[in-house]
Amino acid sequence: MKSDENDQSSVVWFLTGMRGLFSLPAFILMLSFVGFCSLTAQAGIPPEQVVFMTGMVWALPAKVILVSSMMSGASLAAAFLAVSLSSVRLMPMVAALIPELRTAKTPTWLLLFLSHFVAITAWVFAMEKVQAVPREKRVAFFAGFGITLVVANMVLVAIVYHFVADFPPIVAGCLFFLTPIYFLASIWHSARHPVVYIALLFGLIASPLFYWLAPEFDILLAGVGGGTLAWAVEGLWRRRREIGA
Amino acid sequence: MTWQDGWWAYAFIAIAGWLATDIWRWLGVIAGNRLRDDSEALNWVRAVATALVAAVIAKLILYPTGVLEQSPLWLRLGAVAIGATAFFLLGRKPAIGIATTIATLAAGLWWLGF
Repeated sequence: MKSDENDQSSVVWFLTGMRGLFSLPAFILMLSFVGFCSLTAQAGIPPEQVVFMTGMVWALPAKVILVSSMMSGASLAAAFLAVSLSSVRLMPMVAALIPELRTAKTPTWLLLFLSHFVAITAWVFAMEKVQAVPREKRVAFFAGFGITLVVANMVLVAIVYHFVADFPPIVAGCLFFLTPIYFLASIWHSARHPVVYIALLFGLIASPLFYWLAPEFDILLAGVGGGTLAWAVEGLWRRRREIGA
Repeated sequence: MTWQDGWWAYAFIAIAGWLATDIWRWLGVIAGNRLRDDSEALNWVRAVATALVAAVIAKLILYPTGVLEQSPLWLRLGAVAIGATAFFLLGRKPAIGIATTIATLAAGLWWLGF
């Protein structure tokens, strides 16, 4: 009886997660996928393969690199390496999200399965929203949002591929700009740990620095370097305050 | 064989796309499962993950592709600065920051004849 009620409320939280499809971040992501459709249509990749790619390679930057590797006739090993390098950031993102989602009883296989649905949009959305979800329902909530977002974009790609049209330049420019601005505002708004503010600022500054120094590895170096420095600064500041208090 | 040939295209996408991205997610689950909620290690991972996302954000603003590639840097940075000012002055609501930035950018692009 008790476990029945528990299952029911998991379904409710899954549905609540699904409703996240009607949110600003999901809307922005879908607009990005309209742009991705036009890229793949111009590249001549058949629609079935674009839909397959959307579901299997759930990270837009990785998909763009994969498409350009396919276009340039790169070997499987070269494409694998290029996509891998662009995706290292998924590891700390997932590692930071997992302790927010799981309970002591959450099976690892379930987390491994759900990790497929973690990409930048779902990560920012989940880090912000799970705080309002009871801990034992967070996995259901994230599954509802993550899976729905992937399936909706697969359907979107299948439909839009055949009607690719270019937006007027001002609209296209503003749509492109929505993505970084949403991430920026949302991370600042949802930060609950002081280290997040510092890491955000350091990452923003480190990015052009490393783009100039080592353009191949800029994101990775800016993330590890800027993040580690932010962590050290925040730790020092915290200890100093503890001593002072 | 080229990527257009049926099954090879799917195998290519699965190996160079799916495996190359999900490997990092699986490693993230294994690492995240060992992190205690209140540990210093989790604090570091959180900092690195945030800085990585911030680096992606900066790259999109500083080195955009498409239409914005032709737009001046001062317009993009100015739009972000005005949006950030509105965000902090008017109650730190994301919607206000986003709307102000995009409206400034749209006005600038229009003024420049895009």
